[in-house]
Amino acid sequence: MSAVIEAHALTKRAGRATLLDAVDLTVTAGEMVAIIGPNGAGKSTLLRLLSGDLRPSQGEVRLKQRDIRSFTPRELAGHRAMLSQHVNVTFPFTVEEIVLMGAGDRPREAGGLVDAALHEVGLAHFRERQLPTLSGGEQQRAHFARVLVQLACGEVAHGPGLLLLDEPTSSLDLRHQIDLVEAARRRATAGTAVIAILHDLNLAIRFADRLVVLNGGRLAADGPRADVVTRETIRDIFEIDAVVHQAEDGVPYVLPQSMRAAPPSRSIL
Amino acid sequence: MSVATGTKAHNPRRHAGARKRSASVAIPLLLAVLAATAIVALTVGAAGIPLSRLPAALGFVRDGAVDAVTARDQLVLWSIRIPRIAATAMVAGLLAAAGAIMQGLFRNPLADPALVGVSSGGALAAAAAIVFTDSRFGGTLRFLQTELLPLAAFAGSLLTTAILYGISSRAGRTSIAIFLLAGVAITAITNAGIGLLVFIADDRQLRDITFWLLGSMSGATWTKAAALAPVLALGLVACAFIARGLDLLVLGEADAFHGGVDVERLKRISIVMVSAMTGVAVSISGVIGFVGIVVPHLLRLVIGPAHRLLLPASVLLGAILMVGADTLARTIVAPAEMPIGILTAAVGAPVFLGILLRQRGLASL
Repeated sequence: MSAVIEAHALTKRAGRATLLDAVDLTVTAGEMVAIIGPNGAGKSTLLRLLSGDLRPSQGEVRLKQRDIRSFTPRELAGHRAMLSQHVNVTFPFTVEEIVLMGAGDRPREAGGLVDAALHEVGLAHFRERQLPTLSGGEQQRAHFARVLVQLACGEVAHGPGLLLLDEPTSSLDLRHQIDLVEAARRRATAGTAVIAILHDLNLAIRFADRLVVLNGGRLAADGPRADVVTRETIRDIFEIDAVVHQAEDGVPYVLPQSMRAAPPSRSIL
Repeated sequence: MSVATGTKAHNPRRHAGARKRSASVAIPLLLAVLAATAIVALTVGAAGIPLSRLPAALGFVRDGAVDAVTARDQLVLWSIRIPRIAATAMVAGLLAAAGAIMQGLFRNPLADPALVGVSSGGALAAAAAIVFTDSRFGGTLRFLQTELLPLAAFAGSLLTTAILYGISSRAGRTSIAIFLLAGVAITAITNAGIGLLVFIADDRQLRDITFWLLGSMSGATWTKAAALAPVLALGLVACAFIARGLDLLVLGEADAFHGGVDVERLKRISIVMVSAMTGVAVSISGVIGFVGIVVPHLLRLVIGPAHRLLLPASVLLGAILMVGADTLARTIVAPAEMPIGILTAAVGAPVFLGILLRQRGLASL
């Protein structure tokens, strides 16, 4: 599969602080990658650099073999869609109006996509509700529907695109967390490259093809779940004691045991 | 901020349906109401022209010789009232649209050009023109005062915006928060400047400054109306181009960018538009408050916040309210005239407070 997005030696500094330090990452079409790591690891910075929103201090990002800086914002929106962690809408737009914003300049042609996205996130009955009157989780699902419409519009014109999700499940109940990640998984199966920051390790393990672990701005691990999810990795990265079991279908899951801060053994990574 | 989300309705689903219906008829309805308001404004005034005489006075009925009454009516209408109504409508349209754009830019329904000092920059320049073209400082220039005043106000507004933009932009990015805070500081500086000018002004200058600051359409002429028309026309065309960008900007700058908006360009265009529209309006009318806040706010409650409709509707509702207010201003104390700024503030401020109180009530539910 061809690389949809490649990051080479990506570094971002803010003043004297290094937020991200020489990170390499390649994600191919049809692949779903979960980025995990503790708070302040540089996950959101990496995602913003991959989205073209932030410019790297060093290194480069290539989207579909093209330097991401050479895209206009409009072109970029046709190739990648991104769901931010917090979106605060101050004016009384309806859910439908918000979702339609994903359709760019051709809202009339996107009616079917809007309907499908609203059904997929379970908000079809709220389409005429004003967004600020919904709960935080419902608002997040509405924004996910908007991002899905943007992705679909872009993929109609340009083929498989890139879907970036920054902690998409942070305000959602368990059922909707699964719904959202499954929806992202379906996109990956259809050919989209999906990169999602997930705090729930078990969600990341179950649905992602690959886990990328960031710690202190550096790439600490990158590989299939079986290689990355070990008791030692979890102790080193999150400083907790946890056991890793296997579910009946062979997929590992993590059970935290205590909040005891274990001394990190940095050598294993 | 809580007021920003305060347009919650008791039954949002019902309101959304009503909003869709309102939106579809908004522009024709507002045009009809504006026409009706203009007709009332044409007939009412120090020299009353009843509806029956209006067609002849407007020149629609030509039956030979024009009698003395019709000739007087024609003079009143074509030399005074029509240019005044046209100028008032356009000033209001510019102020209301500039307010709506600035609120979209700041993602805040309380933002207004007056808030960031654009209006007060114009006011300082106008006050300077009044003082320095008169008596002690440059008496020989007094004959130029009528022409200089609008030019100075326009230049003052543009200069203020340029300074604000310079302060809040760095490496091609404009910080809206710094723009807002710098605006507060600049408003304080310009107000101090106006205070100084008031201090050194003589009685006549003081009266001129005060009346200009209160805002009035009494000086409207065809020349001024002609200066407003191209700015309004250009502004309306530009509004169509920035409408979608302003809609997406409600998601925040990063998400608007993710949605395909060139956010930096949108901010630059919007800032230039707001300063040009406010500057030209203030240069003709003086400082008239609340139009830019109240009009878009009321419209959002009825037709929704989408800028493609909100911006032209603001122009029309602004025009309706200001033509109505100006008609009132020149009739309630006739033959004298009340500055329109007093009326818009007297009506606009309570309406605005009413909206806030209603929202506070809803927010606590």
